Formats: sequence, structure tokens, C-alpha cells
Amino acid sequence: MVSFLFYFFSALALLSALLVITLSRPTRALLALILCMLSLTVLYLLLGAEFLAMVHLIVYAGAVLVLFLFVIMLLGIGAKDIPLFSRFRFSYLILALLSSVLFLPFILIAFQSLPGPQTVFPTGTLAAVGKALFSDYLLPFELTSLLLLIGVFSAVGLAKKESAEGETRQQGRSCE
Amino acid sequence: MIPLAHAFLLSGALFVIGLAGVMIRRNVLMILLSIELMMNAANLTLIAAAAKHADLHGQMVAFFVMVIAAAEVAVGLAIAVLLFRNEGSVDTDLVKNLKG
Repeated sequence: MVSFLFYFFSALALLSALLVITLSRPTRALLALILCMLSLTVLYLLLGAEFLAMVHLIVYAGAVLVLFLFVIMLLGIGAKDIPLFSRFRFSYLILALLSSVLFLPFILIAFQSLPGPQTVFPTGTLAAVGKALFSDYLLPFELTSLLLLIGVFSAVGLAKKESAEGETRQQGRSCE
Repeated sequence: MIPLAHAFLLSGALFVIGLAGVMIRRNVLMILLSIELMMNAANLTLIAAAAKHADLHGQMVAFFVMVIAAAEVAVGLAIAVLLFRNEGSVDTDLVKNLKG
């Protein structure tokens, strides 16, 4: 049962990831990415990371991708199609094949050291993660709050700058 | 019983798909979406490694990757909005102000 769930949601994640990069409309690609995130959440649960699965669901599918959706819809660029394969040339394909052949031995070495199937116990419960966050990882945890604050400041500063300048420009024009 | 080898292979495939998305798409927003895909592939690797060794450190690193991804999305989307306002488009082939 567990391995059936694993393979089903793996296939779903791969399929929706392929849809993300091939659909030409940004809104549809975004919805495919949300599907990919949901199936990845199930995989995290199966791999024993309960708290991370819930955080992933809330932060990614609930906040980050909805932020993407708002930006796409507010800018009105969801409907504008940009041709998909205009960058593709056959000379690139030859280069890609060459570099793939170069990487093949490394990939084969990595294949030989892959672990076999094993039973996974849930280690990432809320209690364990909370204990680790506030003891071993206290300094990085506090630094992430600083990082998020800087992110918010820079986002507001970047997005707000132009409109403030536009207002002063308009005021200047009205004075003239 | 979960086949952990296949979890690692899945995350590798997801990462490659995201990389291909970064290379073939021209819309800035789609490039950001592909970067999100690659970050999630890395997270899946970290969580599968944590499951293999039955400890918590991989999951904690994945948690910090999520936080950084959220901050990156906020800044990246602000830059995309600014780009659209200045150029009237989010096509990366049209952005040539830096002569790149």
C-alpha cells in the first residue's frame, strides 16, 4: 500500500513537473506546479517528515504559489503567450548529448551506491522538530527571521520605488 | 517499505526538469517557477537522506531551504513586477539594457 502510494504520487509529480515547463500559459503552468507540490507533500509524509509536509503545504501551495498567481493575474500577463521553443537549436542538442556522455560514469557510480528499500519511521514529528529548532538550530532559526525581514523590505522597496517616483513626476508636471 | 533509491532518482529527474525549464522558457515568471521546482527536488533529496539515516538534520536543512525559497520568491516577484513596469514585457530576450 505504501509503495503503491509512493509510485502513484511520484508519477503524478513527474507528470505535473513536465506540464509546468511545457504549458505555454503561465496560469496553467502555475496550477500544474501546485499539483506537483501537493504530490510532493504526500511523498514527504511517506518519508517520515510530518511537520515539513504540513509546512510545505501551507507555505508553498498556500502562500508562495498564491503570491505567484496574484502577480500573474494583476500584471495581466497570464494571457500573453511567449513562443516556447524559439530558443531551441539542433546544435544545442549535440552539445547536450556530449555533456551527458561525459557525466554518464558519475551517474553510474551514483547508481551503485543507492540505498535499497527500507521501512521509514516518522522522525520529523512536531515535538522533535520543535526541540531541534530551539536547541541545536537556534541561531539559524533566529537568522531566518532577519532574512525574511530583509526580504520583505527589499520587495516593498523594489515594487514601491517606481510609483513614488511617478507621483513626484506627476506633481512636478502639475506644478509646471 | 519505501524504495529510497527511487526517491533519489525522482528528485534527480525533477531537478533536471526544472533545469530544462530555466533553459527553454523566456518568461521571467516561468523561470522563477522552474527554480521553485529545482528547490523542491533538492528538498526531496534532503528528506530522503534524513529517512535513510533516521535522523533529523536533513529535515532541518530542508526547513531552512523552504524559508530561503519564500524570501527568494518575494524578491524575485518584486523584480519581475519592476521589469514589467519598465519594459512592458517579461520576455527575457527583450531585456538588453545591460548589453548581456
